[in-house]
Amino acid sequence: MIQILGKTNIDFLGKKYIALGASCIMIILGIFAIFQIHEGKANLGVDFAGGLSLQVRFSKSITLSEIRTILDKTGIKDADIQDLPTEKKILIKLKKQQEGTGDRIEKVLKDSLPDKEPQIESITEIGPKIGQRTKKDALLAILAATAGILIYIAIRFRFYFSIGATVATFHDVMAVLGIFYLLGKEINLIFISALLTIAGYSLTDTVVVFDRIRENLGKVAKGSMTLEALMNKSINEVLSRTIVTSFTTLMAAVALFFFGGEVLHDFAFAMILGIIIGTYSSVFVASPVVLLLGKNSLIKK
Amino acid sequence: MRKGIYLRIALIASTVVLAIVFFLPNTPLFELMPHWWKKNMPHKGIVLGLDLRGGSHLVFEVDLKRAREITVERIGMHLGSLLEKKGIKPSVKVEGEKIVIQPVSDEVKKIIKENYPDLSLSEKAGSMLCELPESAFKRVEATSVEQAIEVIRNRIDQLGVSEPAIHRQGDNEIVVQLPGVKDPKKAVEIIGKTAQLEFKLLDEETMLWREIPSIIKAGEEDVFLKQWNSRIPEYDEIVFQKIVNKETGEVYKRPYIVKKETLLTGDLLAEAHVSIDQRFNEPYVSLRFNEAGAKIFEDITGKYVKHRLAIILDGNLYSAPVIQEKIEGGNAQITGSFTMEEAKDLAIVLRAGALPAPVNLIQNVTVGPTLGRDSIEAGKMAVIIAAVFVSAFMILYYRLSGVIADFALILNILLLIGALAALNATLTLPGIAGVALAIGMAVDSNVLMFERIREELRLGKTPKAAIESGYKKAFWTIFDSHVTTLITAAVLFHFGSGPIKGFAVTLSLGVAINLFTALIGTKTVFDFIYTGKERKSLSI
Repeated sequence: MIQILGKTNIDFLGKKYIALGASCIMIILGIFAIFQIHEGKANLGVDFAGGLSLQVRFSKSITLSEIRTILDKTGIKDADIQDLPTEKKILIKLKKQQEGTGDRIEKVLKDSLPDKEPQIESITEIGPKIGQRTKKDALLAILAATAGILIYIAIRFRFYFSIGATVATFHDVMAVLGIFYLLGKEINLIFISALLTIAGYSLTDTVVVFDRIRENLGKVAKGSMTLEALMNKSINEVLSRTIVTSFTTLMAAVALFFFGGEVLHDFAFAMILGIIIGTYSSVFVASPVVLLLGKNSLIKK
Repeated sequence: MRKGIYLRIALIASTVVLAIVFFLPNTPLFELMPHWWKKNMPHKGIVLGLDLRGGSHLVFEVDLKRAREITVERIGMHLGSLLEKKGIKPSVKVEGEKIVIQPVSDEVKKIIKENYPDLSLSEKAGSMLCELPESAFKRVEATSVEQAIEVIRNRIDQLGVSEPAIHRQGDNEIVVQLPGVKDPKKAVEIIGKTAQLEFKLLDEETMLWREIPSIIKAGEEDVFLKQWNSRIPEYDEIVFQKIVNKETGEVYKRPYIVKKETLLTGDLLAEAHVSIDQRFNEPYVSLRFNEAGAKIFEDITGKYVKHRLAIILDGNLYSAPVIQEKIEGGNAQITGSFTMEEAKDLAIVLRAGALPAPVNLIQNVTVGPTLGRDSIEAGKMAVIIAAVFVSAFMILYYRLSGVIADFALILNILLLIGALAALNATLTLPGIAGVALAIGMAVDSNVLMFERIREELRLGKTPKAAIESGYKKAFWTIFDSHVTTLITAAVLFHFGSGPIKGFAVTLSLGVAINLFTALIGTKTVFDFIYTGKERKSLSI
């Protein structure tokens, strides 16, 4: 039998204050990111901000400054030019689109760089109204998903557990959002889907841990063990499955990250972050929150 | 628990067969199937989304405000000519959504009421104010969108796009999906053109008298209109003709003064096609009106011999030929130094009919065929690599049980593909990501059970007992974790658009099927191997 971990006896909850401190910072970062997004100061995708985005492919490698110079000469100054993970491809974004700007960019690139054979691979034009609506829909989706998960956990678990699970899920989503914001990665519809998927998936690990805590709570006699010790015991018992389940999904996300192409690159990156952070939070956020809230009431059973 | 094992094997086998039958149309094998099969068995399979096969997803917004105004203008115009026929010299003005008519008399009221009983009349400062009730406007709005969809469908049919999808979204939006469209720019142009063809009379007298400049620079039209609109009679308006200097490519505008009254519109066209002018070797669009149109055209040309008739499309004057004689038969031409391509496009939009109101493009997502192809390749690659790595890990870590988990994984992928095909679901790039993630999550259930079984074994249980209690105890954990993922997938499905919906579909199907493969699939294999004769050890 191969085992990643033998029988462990790690004092996870002893580190609860350090962990909660770090997690609070992540949550604050995420909330800050939301405000920045609201103010329009984050790297929003055209699907939210409205505007024009062009993905251009060249036959030879190209630098961003080359493109910048060419566009500047044409008088297209407010363009945001981004690298794509695939070589020889760039993304040009414009906040306000005027009729025919896309054509102008295509023409000037073809005229200025004939030897690099620029080719427009995709065009996305979104009117401001649609952008606003998409933003609203995304927000509604996040709220609906959160409410749905909350209700389900509230039905399946006791009160303190559902709070712990909710805080952990919220933490995961905020942390990934915060990191994306810090790295200047594009916040778009695909990223929001990744966040929701993370919210759904990160609960898996939390549920595994909680199930075991619940099971052990039923076994121990009153007064024989503190809640903290019981939680530590439970987490240690399920530690290997927590890690293995995360690891297999992580493998799929890593495969998408390296081989899934540029469109899925950031999606996969968000999933990787979410899986790692979700695993962390199931141990270091979910249980400590339950412990801090329900110290007395839970063990008395 | 050997009981029912053959039933379960039969169940698994039949789902696999079903999955293959449904997915067959997506494979080259389908072509080799006999005729009766192609005819009677599922033949559609999984549909590729626009992001994978390339194409355009367009959303147009019908300008309903303009639709309302156009309706009022038409009624005003009609009332004006009715009153004129009765010998009343009326003044009919349209102000926004109201018609202002002078003089006020019982006869005028009667004529209005007879023809438009819907209009509500009121008197104000010696004029009659006619207004349409909101309910009538609502009908106008609804029919405008429906007509626009019809016209757009006609135009797309002429473009020759295979399997276009056109549908209404919300109140006033029209979604047009053009898979594999070769020239998206042209498609947008043709679909979005209002193509309102109007014949109006040139007011040559006023033009001469007012000494209107013969040419202005393109882009200065608004300034020009501001200056000139006050200097022309009330019944006139200014339209521009586009002039292109063929050597330098510079664009100019030539202003014309025409009578506001529309003599004839493109509604009555029967046919439009491109012809070539023999003398100048220039393409032009020749028109033929239907019977009613031909009659009106004959009347107009008979009444206004030696006058110039302006041919105006979407507010731009194309040509203003002098009427030499009365024209019978309803044939006309639009000349105007077109390129061949322009003339062809114009003929298409005229044939398909005018849009009832202008439409604005508010969303355009176009993916080129190369990117779509690259995406499919990359997506396939990622899925295969994910599957290989995950299954290799499972065998390494859980040995024979890992093999069983991999069997479940393959079953999972097969059934997922089959289910997508059975639903004729649209596979998008995020959808492929959903498949990859589903692979990662698929083995989670097995991991949870295997770990539990290991634990039971450590407690000294026999393999059979360990399997039984392992499954029983892991069940609710697996169930809970699946439900939460399903909740988010359902939300994504509800709120997401095209590609995201595709993701929600594959993810939720993947997770749901996983419950089946993990709880019934692997359990059956375990039962088959371990319960017949009591084995001493369990490879896990």
